[in-house]
Amino acid sequence: MSDPMRIRAAVKGEKVEVKILMSHVMETGQRKDAEGAVVPAHYITKVTASCNGRDVLSADWGPSVSKNPYLSFRFKGGAKGDKLKVTWTDTAGDSRSDEVSIG
Amino acid sequence: MISLRLPGVLAASLLAVSLPLYAAETAPDAAAAMQRSFEAKKQAGMDRLQQDEVQALCTRYTTATLPAEAASSIQQASLATVKPPSDGQYLGDYKAGEQIAQTGTGLQSSDDPAKPNGGNCYACHQLAASELAYGTLGPSLQHYGKLRGQSPEMLALAWRKLYNAQADVPCSNMPRFGHQKILTEQQLKDLMAFLFDPASPVNQ
Amino acid sequence: MNTPRATRRALLVGSLLLLAGAAQAETSTQDAIAEYREMFGDDNPAELWQSRGEALWHTARGPKQANLTACDLGLGPGVIEGAYAQLPRWFDDTQQVQDLETRLVSCVTTLQGIPREEFLKVKFGDGEKKSELEALTAYVVAASRGKPIALPMQHPAEQAAYALGKAAFSYRAGPHDFACATCHGDAGKRIRLQELPQLTTAAGAREAYTYWPAYRISQGELRTMEWRLQDCFRQQRLPQLKFGSEVAIGLTMFLAKNAEGGTLAAPGIKR
Repeated sequence: MSDPMRIRAAVKGEKVEVKILMSHVMETGQRKDAEGAVVPAHYITKVTASCNGRDVLSADWGPSVSKNPYLSFRFKGGAKGDKLKVTWTDTAGDSRSDEVSIG
Repeated sequence: MISLRLPGVLAASLLAVSLPLYAAETAPDAAAAMQRSFEAKKQAGMDRLQQDEVQALCTRYTTATLPAEAASSIQQASLATVKPPSDGQYLGDYKAGEQIAQTGTGLQSSDDPAKPNGGNCYACHQLAASELAYGTLGPSLQHYGKLRGQSPEMLALAWRKLYNAQADVPCSNMPRFGHQKILTEQQLKDLMAFLFDPASPVNQ
Repeated sequence: MNTPRATRRALLVGSLLLLAGAAQAETSTQDAIAEYREMFGDDNPAELWQSRGEALWHTARGPKQANLTACDLGLGPGVIEGAYAQLPRWFDDTQQVQDLETRLVSCVTTLQGIPREEFLKVKFGDGEKKSELEALTAYVVAASRGKPIALPMQHPAEQAAYALGKAAFSYRAGPHDFACATCHGDAGKRIRLQELPQLTTAAGAREAYTYWPAYRISQGELRTMEWRLQDCFRQQRLPQLKFGSEVAIGLTMFLAKNAEGGTLAAPGIKR
């Protein structure tokens, strides 16, 4: 069970500014542990965001994204009170969704 | 707030001491506290906490505050530890020397004891102009050989600094690379070449 | 000022060109970290630890099935606001000078009945391995953000801890003859490109102490003061500093007292 994302979404002029802090190890699969064994890859491959059900972002990620990724983006067409939902899926098949109201 | 449930002996000694205690000269037994506060880890054994005379004196004093007699005593004793290269040749391979200067590992509990130790020179010194990631704990050594030449006295002095810097600067912050067996004789020669060889990046 | 735009531009370009190579390298590293901080704005990955810590604080756990809301960090049971700013300090119930981390251990073992070895099995997190100690520390520290560090140090044991910390700070040992003072005893120095605060002065101590614990970008982990001290000694080629030992508490007391009057900004973001 993964830690919740911390999402901030607020109207800034004509756009909505979204800042998301995700909790994920983003293990590249290139690292070796203290005993010399390769630490298996475990990273987020897809991030999507929707506003009241309308897709506003879709991102394909790879192992170059750092641990505990911080994603910030802006989109048009959102308003205060709308529901912003963010979902990630990773190489282990795990998925997580969190939702906030736009402020 | 002081607890009233202190043992009698401690309570009595408290009355005898005036505040603020931390400003007074009651020296805590640091060596004993260090022994109690650490445990061995891999190659970093508890023997490393035992201070030799230089370490003990240089804990109490700095280069600036060291009394004159202690300073000359450290310098003389340290000079006596300096072993010149066994074949009389001071200069090795500057390319190998550069590697040693760049390598920061060696002798930590997290290091592989089978690997050669690094000198980590760039942690404290500027050396080759092309290397921007240098520290300022020690003076710049840029153009070291170019500025000084290779007279026998100069080579001997640089060797002394690397082998046991205490011989010239008592209570120096520079590690005693030869005397403490951090680097081998060959590694020291390679560093000498890195410093003195006209073709070395240090002298470009 | 009526300097023509072209002249101003020329002056600006000229002064930029004067920047020496090394200074550029140093400022570009510092700039990168500053840029990183600016991108985060008010956010900080440390918040992930703070949230976990908040949940742990309020969750009933262990054989006693109790939460930590009765934990006394020096300002009364359950009071966390400002608690970090007055630590380390003497505690009557344990008859010891304790830093935040050892005090949390006391609360967990006493209030929740969780054995010390079990709680401290993962002291410092590493990727999938998460540390509860780190999470609780982050949570409590964040509640002192903006508060001034104040350590009255009226108790003799607190003063003795400070004196020991001061003595340990200069203790030269190991194959490299390193003491804390070797790197942190002078002003304006750096190791490679990492600036070294002078910890014996108020200004330097504040620079360092008000920003720990911190999220370490290079590790992707939140690191505490106990971790920082242990890792320094590893780099000094010395053996392992024991968690909560006299020297660990003493050095923390030394740093905190030297930093007195400084405003806490922790948890921070660091290289």
